[in-house]
Amino acid sequence: MAMLSFERKYRIRGGTLVTGDLFDFWIGPFYVGFFGISGAFFTVLGTVMILYGAAIGPTWNLWQISIAPPDVSYGLRFAPIREGGLWQIITVCALGSFVSWALREVEICRKLGMGYHVPVAFGFAIGAYFTLEVVRPVLMGAWGHAFPYGIYSHLDWVSNVAYQYLHFHYNPWHCIAASLFFATTLALSLHGALVLSATNPKRGEEVKTPEHEDTFFRDFIGYSVGTLGIHRLGLFLALSSVVFAGLCIVVSGPFWTRSWPEWWGWWLNMPIWR
Amino acid sequence: MNSFTRVALAPLPILAVLLAGCERPPIQTEQTGYRGTGMEQIYNPRTLKKLAAANQAPAAPAVAPNPDGPKAGATYQNVKVLGDLSVADFTRLMVSITQWVAPQEGCNYCHNPENLADDSKYTKVVARRMIQMTQHVNADWKAHVGGTGVTCYTCHRGHPQPAQVWYAPADRKYKNAVLGNDAKQNRAAASVALSSLPYDPFTPYLKEDQPIRVNGNEALRQLGEGAHRTSTKQAEFTYALMMHMSSSLGVNCTFCHNTRAFQSWEESTPKRATAWHGIRMARDLNVSYLEPLTGTFPASRLGPKGDVAKVNCSTCHQGIHKPLYGAQMAKDFPELGAKTGTP
Repeated sequence: MAMLSFERKYRIRGGTLVTGDLFDFWIGPFYVGFFGISGAFFTVLGTVMILYGAAIGPTWNLWQISIAPPDVSYGLRFAPIREGGLWQIITVCALGSFVSWALREVEICRKLGMGYHVPVAFGFAIGAYFTLEVVRPVLMGAWGHAFPYGIYSHLDWVSNVAYQYLHFHYNPWHCIAASLFFATTLALSLHGALVLSATNPKRGEEVKTPEHEDTFFRDFIGYSVGTLGIHRLGLFLALSSVVFAGLCIVVSGPFWTRSWPEWWGWWLNMPIWR
Repeated sequence: MNSFTRVALAPLPILAVLLAGCERPPIQTEQTGYRGTGMEQIYNPRTLKKLAAANQAPAAPAVAPNPDGPKAGATYQNVKVLGDLSVADFTRLMVSITQWVAPQEGCNYCHNPENLADDSKYTKVVARRMIQMTQHVNADWKAHVGGTGVTCYTCHRGHPQPAQVWYAPADRKYKNAVLGNDAKQNRAAASVALSSLPYDPFTPYLKEDQPIRVNGNEALRQLGEGAHRTSTKQAEFTYALMMHMSSSLGVNCTFCHNTRAFQSWEESTPKRATAWHGIRMARDLNVSYLEPLTGTFPASRLGPKGDVAKVNCSTCHQGIHKPLYGAQMAKDFPELGAKTGTP
């Protein structure tokens, strides 16, 4: 692959977290590093395990292939390979590859002297996965409470787990997470539209500056969060939505066993209006 | 404390307040489907302990049934339903009914102590019909009650009035005004587990025979011949009934349904069939046995709209998926297993 004329100077040696210079090289445009190797290892192993699971399973239909966790009766023990053990190996591989990916991002940040915002943000996504597949099952006492790996099957799991609490829309953390997800898309679309409007003036006119962007929002809603601020806001909204999404599922089961509407009993019983 | 730490710690008190409304681990689960499908019951073992204490069946009577000797119908006057019983069995059942229904009030709750045959107390007339209702359930609704059957205690639990019955709810004061029309919902009613769903799912399904199954099983069937025109509002009434069933039985939706296809009988658990018969049983008892007694009850026993107390799932179940954990009470009273007397 052709290298851009200015690219070489960004390929800075060092900044690795482990193994020094050993894996400090690029393949084509991609930085490798120790975590590139470990990430590739876990990805390949996990994918092969999924393919093996599909091969011993009932279908090759892409939508219906499913690698299910062990029966709840296995608790937090290892399960035989065909009875959920495969799911356990694949979960380890998934976490291994996700964490490798994040640490590879850290190494690139260190090479470039940047902040760690990107790996930290990705870490929140890993945290949500870890919460679903490890923290909640451990709190509930069995790997069998985790979701299966399959396109349809994981959606069926989501449906049934939500209906274990009769009406999941009454889960307060779910309300907050859903609102934040919507707020994230609203903020991103407003930001994208604003930047495109400033950079696409009428034919013959000059591209507008951030001053125009700020003025637009000051006229519109009385305040402009600013060019850097909008990115802080976007990251805050996006990460908060992931945090509350993780909270909303980790409380369902370990910290609440009944219907979510009934959780609001404390509110209905407030002495001021009871 | 730097500003970052302060920002990071700020949500903790809010989180603590929200968790204060919650329960705590460890919890107890029961897997009811293939692994990884989420077909599971989730229980709080501390709550189960309380439920177990509150749902114990009373001990069986010390005397076994004894069909020998003179018949009650020949010995006593005005015995219309249990006349074929021996005097011994008749007395045995009367003593048990007193323990099940009116342990504080005793025989005189139903009987005139001057003349036990006298029908002047409404409670005696109702009790006679309720014995027939019990027989009807045990004889004709085996699809729901199985071999376990029911006795008076299944609903009464030591109280003259079963604790969990339903009446048609009172109208709101401004029900005919624009803002007074609550569309029969949004009251956070206990009948629907405090949700905003329609608060009276009983009248349409456990008294009237409105269609419960609103879920189409084909895509795009809203148009043309044979269109599936069920509205969202009807679906909410169905959801409301299901909320009642779930909280009455202390189970979640996956007890009967695989929620990926609620309507599919193939993917539902066998318990859904039992529940299907249960809905019809409750409707039958309300229509055939309880409503005809409306005039028999004094006004003080009727609901805000003058209707009689009626049964729903919680009347028997009371938070347990098998009432009284399936205690075999009815087998000690064979006279409750077959219909007698005039209907």
